[in-house]
Order: sequence, then C-alpha cells, then structure tokens
Amino acid sequence: MNTQLLVQLLINGLIIGTLYGVVAMCFVLIYKSTQVVNFAQGEFLLIGAWVCWWLLTDFGLPFWIGFPVTLLFMVAFGVLLQVVVLRPLIGEPIISVIMVTIGLSIFFQAIMKWIFGTWAKPFPQVFATKAVNIGGLQVQTAYVMSVVISLIIMVGFAWFFKYSRMGLAMRATAFNQQVAQSLGISVKQVFAMAWAISAMVSALAGVVVGMVNGVSSALSFFGIKVFPAVILGGLDSIVGAIIGGLIVGVLENMAEFVDGQYLNFGNLYTVAPFYVLVIILMIKPYGLFGTQQIERV
Amino acid sequence: MAAAAFIPCGQFKTTYAKDTTIFPTPVSRAFAVLALVLLCLVPLVASRYQLNLAIQIGYYGIAALGLNILVGSTGQISLGHAAFFGFGAFTSAYLNNAYGIPVFFAIPLAGLITTAVGLVFGIPAGRIKGLYLAIATFASQFILEDFFARADWFTGGSAGSIASPFGLFGYEFSSDQSYFYVVLAYLVVMFLLGANLLRSRDGRAFVALRDHYLSAEVMGINLTKYRILSFGISSFYAGIGGALFGHYLGYVSAEAFTILLSIQFLGMIIIGGLGSVMGTLMGTAFMVLLPEVMEAGVQNLGGILPGMSDALAFIKQAAIGLAIVLFLIFEPDGLAHRWRMIKAYWKLYPFSY
Repeated sequence: MNTQLLVQLLINGLIIGTLYGVVAMCFVLIYKSTQVVNFAQGEFLLIGAWVCWWLLTDFGLPFWIGFPVTLLFMVAFGVLLQVVVLRPLIGEPIISVIMVTIGLSIFFQAIMKWIFGTWAKPFPQVFATKAVNIGGLQVQTAYVMSVVISLIIMVGFAWFFKYSRMGLAMRATAFNQQVAQSLGISVKQVFAMAWAISAMVSALAGVVVGMVNGVSSALSFFGIKVFPAVILGGLDSIVGAIIGGLIVGVLENMAEFVDGQYLNFGNLYTVAPFYVLVIILMIKPYGLFGTQQIERV
Repeated sequence: MAAAAFIPCGQFKTTYAKDTTIFPTPVSRAFAVLALVLLCLVPLVASRYQLNLAIQIGYYGIAALGLNILVGSTGQISLGHAAFFGFGAFTSAYLNNAYGIPVFFAIPLAGLITTAVGLVFGIPAGRIKGLYLAIATFASQFILEDFFARADWFTGGSAGSIASPFGLFGYEFSSDQSYFYVVLAYLVVMFLLGANLLRSRDGRAFVALRDHYLSAEVMGINLTKYRILSFGISSFYAGIGGALFGHYLGYVSAEAFTILLSIQFLGMIIIGGLGSVMGTLMGTAFMVLLPEVMEAGVQNLGGILPGMSDALAFIKQAAIGLAIVLFLIFEPDGLAHRWRMIKAYWKLYPFSY
C-alpha cells in the first residue's frame, strides 16, 4: 500500500473536487432559477480559459487586467446566450431545452478548436513559484489559489443569496415564477443574471484549470463530470452541488488509486463517476439534498 | 386535426380501420409505390459517392426511427442511442466471426440481442423520466463506450473487428450497388413496421404516456411495461441499423460510436420532427447531407479564404450544432411540419382561403 501516493491523490481529489463543486454550483444556479439543464457548462470553462489565454499571450496584458476583462466578457456572453438562444425556448418541452444546450455545446467546442487549435497550450506564468510544499507534499500554487478562490466564491454565493436584493429576487423566482413576477421582480432580468453569473464563475474555474494543465478542449469534460456531482447532491441544491463535487473529485482519484495499484483496468478514473451516477439515480433519484417532486393531478 | 385538413373531398371514412391506414388516400399510396420503384432504379444511375450517401441515410434512418419511437412517441429521452447502434454492429460482426452464423441471419439476430440489452437497460429507465433519464442514458453512453474499448473478446478492443460483407445464396453484396438494395429492403420493412406500430394499441399507449402519463396510467396503461417496451423497440432498430452499418463498412471500431453520434441521432429526429415516421427519414437525410454540403462549400471557398479546408472537421461539427439550435428556435416541429405546410399550400393554390 503506497500511502504517499494515496495522500497525494486524496489531496488532488479534494482540490479538483472544490473546482467540480464550483462548476456544479453554477450548473445548479441555472437549473434552479431557469429550469434549464445546461449541457454547455463545460464550454463556459473552455471559452473563459481560451479568452483569458488569448488576452494574456496575444495582447501581452498582465494577469490582473486580462482576468477581469475575461470575466466581464463572460458576463456579456452569458446574458447574450440567454437572450438570444434560451429565451425563445421558455415553455418548450424538456427535450428541446436539453437539445439546444447540447447543440450549443458541440457548436462552441468546434468553434474553439477551429480558432485555437486542438493542442493544449500552456498558460503564461502567473505565479512566481510553480508549486508550494504543504506538509511534505508538492501542491501547485494555482491549485492552492483555486481552493482559496473557490472558498471565496462559495462564501460570496452564500452572502449573495441570503442578503442581496438580487439574490433574494433570484431565490423567489426559483421558488415560484408567477408569484415572483406579481411581486414586481423582473423574471427576465433574473434569468439573464443567472446565466451571467454562471458563465462568469465557470470561466474562473476554467482559467484556474488552464493555468495548471494548459488550455485545451479537454476542459469541456468538466461540464460532463458535473452531472455525477449534481445528481449526487440533488439537482436543485447548491450545498448539495458543492458536497457532490467534493465527493466526485475524491472518488475519481480513489478510483485512480485502486485502478493503478490493484486492478489495472486503465480507464476507471473517467468512468467511475458515471457508475456512481447510475446507481444513485436508481436508489435515490433526487440525490442527497434535492427536493423530491411530488406530482398531484 | 392537421392530418384531417389534407384529405380531399369525396373521401369518407366509415370505419376505424379506414381512419388509421398508413396511406390516407389512394393517391398517396400510389406516390409511395412510385417512390419505391424510383428508388430501386437509383443504383443504375447514381455515382458511387451518391450511393454511399444513400446507404448512410438508410442505416442511420433505421436507427433514428427507433429513437423517434422512444423520444418522439413515448417521450423518454435517450442520449445513449449510439451505444446501442454500436452494440448492434459489434454483435453482428461477433456472431459472424465467432460462430460462423451467416450475415443474413446475423443482422436480425444482432437486432434481437440488442433488444435484450436495451430491455435490461430499460428496466431502471422505466422508473425515471425526463431530465433524470437523459442524464442516466448520458452516463450509460460513457459506460458502454468504455466497455467497447475494453472488451477485447467481443469488440477486438482498440483494434476493432472485421465484419464480412452481406451474402445470400453464395452471392456477395459487397458492391455499393447491391448493398443499396439490402439497406433499402430493411428500410422499407422497418419503416412499415414503425408506421404500423404507431397506429396499433401499443403505439397509442406510447403516445398516451408521452402526453400525460398519469392519465394514461389511470386509463389502464401499464406505465413500466410500455416504457421498457419502448426502450426495447428502440434498441431493436438501433441494433439493425448498427449491424447494417458494420457490414457495409466491413470494419467496426469503438471510435465510431461516441456521444457525438448520439447527439446526431437526436438531431436527426428533432430536425425531422418528433413523432413523425416520414420526418425521421427527412431529418436523417438532412443530417447526412449537411456535412457534405459544408464540405462542398468549403472546397469552393478554399481559394478565397485560406485555411478553411484545414478546419473542415470543425466546420462540420459546428454546422451540426448550429442546425440543431436553429431548428429548435425557428422550426421546433421539424421538416415534417414544413412538408405538411407545403402540401396544404398547394392544395388550395392559388386561393389560400
């Protein structure tokens, strides 16, 4: 039993897990407030990371300018996407909404590959030191930053939904659109807002992953890994999304460990979360924290 | 309602049987027979390239019809259709290679085995619906893809497996011309079966489940049974389509059955029209021809815009995504609806009222 490797993988899992948690949170935000299952969540990471990379390399902007510009761009992008594509589909059957986000996902994947190429490109050096030593383990600086940033985002979300006017409006809309509208909340604004926040925060996660692994189309796989996380946590629970993300992150690294040390299947890292997803759907379809839908005639 | 508007005057339905025939008027039946006769003549005039496209439309169309029965008629969303399509292709090749079963029998057998697998996957799927089912089938797509890459004994692993050409009484249908007739025969049989299914008791039960499953259950339709049955039927079509695909290419490899193919299948039925048998074929033709049109366009533009031909693969993929999005926004009822509109327009031409 290789304890060193196990601990290293466990920490990796927790770090990746917080990132999954953040992306899952963005996914849940969109689902909760607009009832849209966003299969294009991974493309938000992809687009954000590529835009930031582009600003930093081709324009030579320093990180502290390029990064906020990226986030602003993603806010505009999220609003535009909601207004142009998703708004006409309000009230359409669920298959249409799912398919439109899938269509967007493969469209943006192809466009990004077209513009930036298929190969992973390294991010310009942002932090002076590449890795820091925590308790005898080498951890990438960007990952440490990502955990810090993720925690800040989570606290920010908690504050936003508990105390800010817009956040309360969004919660009201998620609870009941008609009642919210009759109380003077602009549901249109709330929908656009949800997409904007989600796109922005996902892009942030995308930039962090891009710093460590280089930017490539593999980033969009985050959007697929989000599904086990949100199903585990419950589709409409933000806390559940974070916990689900952590569990999936740790789980896939544990699968990697078991696979590498004992089983030698080779691909368990990728597939294990999906087995968990199917099992969860069978025994507890509303996840750990999701609200159970009761249908009355 | 929509269908009733296109029956010419002088046609009266006096029995239920007459009201539910596949071809509502003698003229429409004559047109269908005529189209079939014309299709039989296609290999005599078409080029190899055109035949290849026609065969593609054939086998993808069969699989897409299965998906349309599941998604369009029963309302169960499946994002894992390509996996069943692939399973059919591998099964047929495996039966032929390992047990020496002639391809003629291996194709329907592959369909039946895929049905069995579909039924197994359908049992948990019978309990969930909508969004959750979409995500569950999404996961099963990845699980089956992983299985294809790993099960060396069955699929040949990453190397893939060889599928021998279709043969009957010692004659090999290895040329495109002859294989066209095999696919055409399967297409006609499967589409007639599909159209017949939708006007039978089972088909009406599917539609009832889609429209309001609680009411359907109250009226005595067994929810779980019909959901699983629909999954099985859809897998049967996928299996047959996949087997035809495998024996056409002569080589089956797991890379062909990715999530992108599943999305393309869904794109076909959405572009064609959910729940419409003829629409499925139109949507398939659209989806198969779209990349070819893009390729022709890029080749023509290649002289003007440098670098376009390098990006061909991406342009094709982007076009598929864009087509799905645009159809959902501007024509959610698909090409079948557009076709009905055109027919309605010409029926009253030039007086539109």
